[in-house]
Amino acid sequence: MSEILRIENLHKSFDDLEVLKGIDLTVQSGETVVILGSSGSGKSTMLRCVNFMESPTNGKIYLNGDLIGTERNGKMTYKEAELCTLRSRIGMVFQHFNLFPHMTVLENVLEGQVIVLGRAKMEARDKAMAQLERVGLAEKAFEYPSRLSGGQKQRVAIARALAMDPEVMLFDEVTSALDPELVGEVLKTMRQLAEEGMTMLCVTHELGFAYHVANRVLFLNEGIILEQGEPQSILKNPDTNRMREFLDGHSLFKLPD
Amino acid sequence: MGHTWDFATILQNWPVLWVGIKGTVFIFVITVVLGLGGGLVVGVARYAKSPFLSWPARAFVEVFRNTPVLVQIIWFFYAFPILTGIETDPFLAAVLGISLNTMAFSAEIYRAGIQSIDRGQWEAGKAIGMTYNQTLRRIILPVAVKRVLPALTNRGIEVFKMSTLASVVGYVETLNQAKLIADLNYNPIESYTAVALIFFVVLFPVVQGTYVLERMLRKGD
Amino acid sequence: MEWNFLAVLRDFDLLILGLLNTLKVTGLALLFGVPLGLVLALSRLSTIRVLSGVAGFIVEFFRTTPPLVQLFWFFFALPILVDVRMTPLIAAVVTFSIQSSAFFAEIFRGGILSIDKGQWEGAKAIGMTYGQSLRRIILPQAVKRMIPAFMERSIELLKTTTLVSTVAYTDLMFQANELAQKTFRPLEVYTVVAVIYFVLIFVFSQASIWAEHRLAKSGEGTVR
Repeated sequence: MSEILRIENLHKSFDDLEVLKGIDLTVQSGETVVILGSSGSGKSTMLRCVNFMESPTNGKIYLNGDLIGTERNGKMTYKEAELCTLRSRIGMVFQHFNLFPHMTVLENVLEGQVIVLGRAKMEARDKAMAQLERVGLAEKAFEYPSRLSGGQKQRVAIARALAMDPEVMLFDEVTSALDPELVGEVLKTMRQLAEEGMTMLCVTHELGFAYHVANRVLFLNEGIILEQGEPQSILKNPDTNRMREFLDGHSLFKLPD
Repeated sequence: MGHTWDFATILQNWPVLWVGIKGTVFIFVITVVLGLGGGLVVGVARYAKSPFLSWPARAFVEVFRNTPVLVQIIWFFYAFPILTGIETDPFLAAVLGISLNTMAFSAEIYRAGIQSIDRGQWEAGKAIGMTYNQTLRRIILPVAVKRVLPALTNRGIEVFKMSTLASVVGYVETLNQAKLIADLNYNPIESYTAVALIFFVVLFPVVQGTYVLERMLRKGD
Repeated sequence: MEWNFLAVLRDFDLLILGLLNTLKVTGLALLFGVPLGLVLALSRLSTIRVLSGVAGFIVEFFRTTPPLVQLFWFFFALPILVDVRMTPLIAAVVTFSIQSSAFFAEIFRGGILSIDKGQWEGAKAIGMTYGQSLRRIILPQAVKRMIPAFMERSIELLKTTTLVSTVAYTDLMFQANELAQKTFRPLEVYTVVAVIYFVLIFVFSQASIWAEHRLAKSGEGTVR
């Protein structure tokens, strides 16, 4: 295993509110990291800083050993083009899918490959179909997103991200907007990805997924990583009261004995 | 290039311009009252169930919305007297054109307002024994008019700008007087810039006001 | 009083010429006004303060001053300020392009703002630049919603072009004035011209209502 992502001393403030107060994290290639935390803990903001959907206020991010941005007088500066390239190397899936409603499923998956990566149409098309196959939606290629269920939309969104051949995948509460009966199909797809060796960072409330799939669980609280460790130990025997309270709040989740 | 701006001549001719400003305000007040007031009547008629009311109202709205207001003013100035024998001076022709045009546009605004009111309001009025007219006057219109206030204000702004068209048939208003000053003093730049600024200074705060109004109403609803 | 349309019909080709010029001014103003409106809208939405301030001022200024004043300014004043030979056509096209661009800018801005923020995020996340996101993702969706407002504004523009007759451009209104003087038949001439405008505008506005219904049916909201 080798290091693929490193976050050093990440800070993020919105106006006067400091959401992230110094996060350090190293992720190995092929690792699945689940980030837990109550709302307002900063977990989504942290994820969104990794691919610069939000600009960090302070701190450094390395992808595959390369520092993102340029350091000038102790301050990081970023060029728009550099960030676009970075985002094309990191896949992201959102809570509300954010599929493009004016394009078919296939066009959604083609868009980034053709426009951002400049792939040839035929190559992009083969790739898109392969990814749709992977998430089990090849037969929906020519439908518009409005015709799909929430779970199907989310799987298309995953295929759209995968088609870019990302080095890391970010999942931002991807099952939170789904009807309960549709959650399973998305989690199954994610699990399959993890097993195939994709590097994944997942913000989720699905403790079962964390328990069975993650290699490591982080617990964020008030902008710092309060605890981290292997799911089997940290979810059963958390060190802090704060995390115990958090886990007790998720009464739906029964840990296997 | 190299033009030296000289607004002194405008100030020297201020009395001339002032006559025009008074003319603008006068025709604006009359047309906006007639237009927005008459529009309410037409709008209610347009909404009426009886085809004897709604069809003439609809025809009126279509004719005056689908022809340019300048054509209307000029028609009332040159054609209307021949048809009816009623002499129209520039003022009357402009008032007729602008008011009727505004009536047609505002009628559609009122109608949309009335239509936006929940059916339950009509039923509630009916249920306590109110007649159609009572329900309309006491229950429906107060809410409907409040809701379309921003649209009506926008119409008012349009009427204010439209008043300049009265100059085409020779009514004495701001633009007409500015043209006079420009022709006499060879200073069209300053004259027309002054008129533009006058309108901007008057209307800009009003436009900002409508934004505030819209925001307030959105919150209130 | 007797109606007599013979004189009008005899010189109907004059009116046709006027009508074509009316459509020409409208078309040219749209050709320049729509792209300019997009530029103004994007500037106004920009995070660069100066840019959005300037664009906002231009939009508000041209929305709050009467088009006839603008036309007079461009026709009589501008040639003194900068050394250009101003023709009625150029003055008309310049005035109505800028004037309608101010209104189109607000339609564009409303349309762009009506698109869910998630669409920008989705585009950004696959590595698109601002320009790519706008062109490929945001505008195609926004423009569809703006069509009814666009058509309504174009109709207003068509009506406003009657003002060019005051600076002696031979549009339909101007030709009507000429013909009325020539034939001493103002009643018939102006009535016929009113009917021509009515038919033209009525057809356009029915088309816009039809378009709005179709969009409403396809589940796309419209913005005004």
